[in-house]
Amino acid sequence: MSQKKSRSRGGGGAAAAGDDHEDLARPPPLQAVLLADSFTLKFRPITLERPKVLLPLVHMPMIEYTLTWLESAGVDEAFVFCCAHSNQVKEYLEKSGWAGRAGAGSMAVTAVESHDAISAGDALRVIFERGLIHGDFVLISGDTISNMSLKDALREHMDRKKKDPLAVMTMIIKHSKPSVLTHQTRLGTDEIVMAIDPETKELLYYEDRADNSNLYVTIDKDILSNNPTLQLHNDMEDCYIDICSPEVLSLFTDNFDYQHLRRHFVKGLLVDDIMGYKIYTHELRSGYAARIDNFRSYDTVSKDIIQRWTYPMVPDVISNRNCSESRLHRQAIYKASDVTLSHSAQIGANSVVGSATSIGDHCRILNSVIGEGCTIGKNVVINGSYVWDNVVIEDGCQVSNSLVSDGVHLRAGAIVEPGCVLSFNVEVGKNALVLAHSKVSLLPQPSNEDSDEELEYADTNSGVTDSPPFSSMRSNGDQATVPSEEDESGTSETGTCGVVGYIWTSGDAGILEEWRQSIAPISKEKLEELQHAVSENDGSEDESNNPTLPDKDDSSDSAVEDDDLISKFEKEVEETFQRAMGGGVNRDNLILEINGLRLAYSLQHADCAGAVFYSVMKSALQAAQSTNDSLLKTTAEALGKWKDLLRNYTKTVDEEMEILLKFEEMCQETTKEFSPLFSKILPFLYDTEVISEDAILRWAEEKEHADESDKVFVKQSEAFIQWLKEAEEEDDEEE
Amino acid sequence: MDFQVVLLAGGTSETLSPLVSRDVPKALLPVANRPLLSYPLDLLEASDLKDLIVVVEGQEAARLVGAWVSSAYLDRLRVEVVAVPEDLGSAGALRAISKRLTANDILVISGDLVTDVLPGAVAATHRRNGAVVTALLCSVPVSGPSDTPSSSGKDKAKKPNRLNIVGLDKTKQFLLHIVSGTEVEKDVRVHKRKIQAVGQMEIRSDLMDAHLYAFKRTILQDVLEQKEAYRSIRLEVLPYLVRSQLRSAPSVGNGRPVDETGNSAVLSSGNLQCLSQHRVIAPSAFKQDVLSRSCGGHRCCAYIAPKSKYCHRLNSIQSYSDINRDVIGEASHLSGYSFSAHNNIIHPSCVLGSKTTIGPHCILAEGSQLGDKCSVKRSVIGRHCRIGSNVKIVNSVVMNHVVIEDGCHIQGSVVCNNVQLQERAVLKDCQIGAGYIVTTGSEHKAESLARK
Repeated sequence: MSQKKSRSRGGGGAAAAGDDHEDLARPPPLQAVLLADSFTLKFRPITLERPKVLLPLVHMPMIEYTLTWLESAGVDEAFVFCCAHSNQVKEYLEKSGWAGRAGAGSMAVTAVESHDAISAGDALRVIFERGLIHGDFVLISGDTISNMSLKDALREHMDRKKKDPLAVMTMIIKHSKPSVLTHQTRLGTDEIVMAIDPETKELLYYEDRADNSNLYVTIDKDILSNNPTLQLHNDMEDCYIDICSPEVLSLFTDNFDYQHLRRHFVKGLLVDDIMGYKIYTHELRSGYAARIDNFRSYDTVSKDIIQRWTYPMVPDVISNRNCSESRLHRQAIYKASDVTLSHSAQIGANSVVGSATSIGDHCRILNSVIGEGCTIGKNVVINGSYVWDNVVIEDGCQVSNSLVSDGVHLRAGAIVEPGCVLSFNVEVGKNALVLAHSKVSLLPQPSNEDSDEELEYADTNSGVTDSPPFSSMRSNGDQATVPSEEDESGTSETGTCGVVGYIWTSGDAGILEEWRQSIAPISKEKLEELQHAVSENDGSEDESNNPTLPDKDDSSDSAVEDDDLISKFEKEVEETFQRAMGGGVNRDNLILEINGLRLAYSLQHADCAGAVFYSVMKSALQAAQSTNDSLLKTTAEALGKWKDLLRNYTKTVDEEMEILLKFEEMCQETTKEFSPLFSKILPFLYDTEVISEDAILRWAEEKEHADESDKVFVKQSEAFIQWLKEAEEEDDEEE
Repeated sequence: MDFQVVLLAGGTSETLSPLVSRDVPKALLPVANRPLLSYPLDLLEASDLKDLIVVVEGQEAARLVGAWVSSAYLDRLRVEVVAVPEDLGSAGALRAISKRLTANDILVISGDLVTDVLPGAVAATHRRNGAVVTALLCSVPVSGPSDTPSSSGKDKAKKPNRLNIVGLDKTKQFLLHIVSGTEVEKDVRVHKRKIQAVGQMEIRSDLMDAHLYAFKRTILQDVLEQKEAYRSIRLEVLPYLVRSQLRSAPSVGNGRPVDETGNSAVLSSGNLQCLSQHRVIAPSAFKQDVLSRSCGGHRCCAYIAPKSKYCHRLNSIQSYSDINRDVIGEASHLSGYSFSAHNNIIHPSCVLGSKTTIGPHCILAEGSQLGDKCSVKRSVIGRHCRIGSNVKIVNSVVMNHVVIEDGCHIQGSVVCNNVQLQERAVLKDCQIGAGYIVTTGSEHKAESLARK
């Protein structure tokens, strides 16, 4: 019943918006493209079984919020693009009554299905091919919660469009200052640096995924010469609600390599000044808009909904169909009418309890959302957690700051530490302890997780390893337990201690970054650590790299940093090289790997030459030490073996010089064993064509003016240099 | 106000030759028949800043400036003229007189600044924010004669946008980033931590550093002492202070912390008074809090002159012509004269021949004589000039004791003292050095002529 009520309300909003449109001389119906796939992996493992847009957010699937908002914002026709789990999404649309509705005052919802799309770019290309969009449209992803009025933004967009047909997109942004310590917003997304023209609101620069290795924001000089004033923002959040002109779709089709909406499309448009397309921003000053990008934003947005920032998108106004209405009590406690609640149970502020849920004696529920049909035993403490439907939590369990999906069974005494995600139907045994930030699923973790691929829901059947990665679990009673490896049923013998399901390991980067995007608040230690890092930075980083005015102490600082970087780089190259020696990695791959390292450290090609040479010589030295052969012999062997590799890095005289200088440095500092052999190895380098005579002569020339101590090696190899010079003269004479 | 003013009057600048010479140092160069230095001096007097040190490069120039100042400003200002060696640069000049600085805050003004922005306003902003340095920023002036787009005008039309890159905070009070002068041709690089600290930064390339600064004395002295290589305030000292804002620990000097604490106590009490007066316009507590916490306590501020104000530095020949034109034209309130109904000033002692017309935006100083059928437009003519008949003077500056014989045409030029233009000489966009004689019938275009 309540559903109908909410619908009619939504319809009213649409009608109101429709009136405004009549003022604008009846534009074509407003269309919207809703991407029911975020093309990321952030909600795994849950999203292996259910699409993200259908995950319940305070009892309602996320897409419900988005669709309701679109309708109230005056959108006449919405295309829901589904890719992974498209059947579930379509089924939902039909069941919930969104699909197949048409007529005045309501929004027509059409599902668009494609299974090839692996990115937002692909999705928009499909939409373009099918010719569905005729005018300006709202581009939104199905995990966006908002109650903003689109009227102003739309009008701005249209007005601009009339004046300048190249203004193809209006981005909605919102003020949100990221934390100075963690460099992320309260939604857990990375901070963004944007440059906006304060007059026209044109977006001039966009940088997300702000990696802190890059200390500077660099703005092209042309941008400034065209716009004498611009605002650099770090305190804005991208709402991922865009008003686009139809050109956007064709742009995606023209640039078939655009995948990500921001990283590729927005950046591409900003960089490309040939076409001159422009993107504008609209700052949201009143109203709510947020996108659920990760678990932290899931937590934040849930709390915002509970605290009614998103009104009218709040539980007691629009509630899920087949359940009784939930009612708002004091202190933002929402309770369905048929909750079975023990008298001694205590429900704290900002909590939601769904219908047909029973809560036992002496339970404490704080800042949490409990779904429908849950059974919660006695003495259970649930704090800051999201418990979905039909969950069984037995006596004495403790759940804090975690996400517990449908059908999970926590046996008595189980403890779920902060930041955990328990996927569907997982069972946690008696007195088991689920360590902080674990992700548990009945489905094994796909092994071929390629971070480059932005598939949200890879085919669940492919890429599953035979022996899934398991991390061991500790039970409460300090007894080591072997985690069970059972199928869905979760037989009793394994269920008693440990966990039924696979515990997912995070990717390499994931372990470090786990705390950023989990539901759990950032721990105090972490904050202190960050604080420490910041204050340390303060000392060292004095913006010395100001290229314009190097003063003495500053430049030496950066030189030290540079040296540090290079020595790190050398170490990594050496390791890579040793791996290559041991495992016989093929040469091309080795070159690729070293090039990769070079890019990672943003060094010059010449630095590589030095590092590779260093590694080769080091290997020769080790060989000499282990086999008791003469060093000269092993060096000759090593150089013979790796000359191709070295030649790859010695394409210019500069790089050859670099090797010579490196060699010299090694002889003087790190590996003094080579120093007596310098003059003998040099001709060998020449013979193997690693180093040309030009480089040697130039090296000798440069060293002429150096200190005596620096000249040792030049003198040592004087005879050879002399010979080279003569040979050259002879060549000349011959000519 | 406890402000000590340092006026950097320069010496005999090379860039302004042949206009300046041994006899006429830059400070005494007549602008609308008044020495250049009188503009900042009057301005300071209007702001009630009466204690000042005028720093002049070179002994001889200092003597000339001192003589003029003591006669013209006797009983009005307490001026001390100090000579420093030439080619020290602005920071070097300050370093040379560093011992004489005693007040808490120092106001440094370039002697070639012609403006109607009151230094007092800058000083007040400085005090209100408790800043280490406050710089006056003004809009980049339109260069070149506005009515005749000459080649030089076109040249500048491309450039004026990028004189300085300035980063300001949201309230436009704090200076967060500055790149000035010739470095500007590169991409702009802004340190991320700065943006993170303030959240929002406004980058402007249409502002010019007017070379009027208020400094906290202790910091200024420390910087000058520590960074001996610094020569320019605009190019080195100010950027250094701005970019060291984020540093938490003071990186210069051991003596400073003690000094600073002693000083800040004094300052804060001064601050309180100011704050109570300016509570309404003071920045929000939040902002101040954020900045002071993350910046280790030192703040660089900016005072942005309103667009309607006039602000121009006389540091090139082009700007000399521009300023002369403006002072008798659109910015006539700066000249200190009252204009007649025809929008010009003709001294009563001038003698004009028959059918001679003096257009609007002209000044004729005392004792000058013009023959018949002359025409003067938008020009300045100095004292005791003798001008023959049929002479046309347009868009030009003629200094004192110049003799112009019949039939001369002068356009867009500067003619210095004691020059003699013989009959039918034609000058266009020329600069004629003092005492030069332009021969009969010669024509010059875009030349700089001076006596050898």
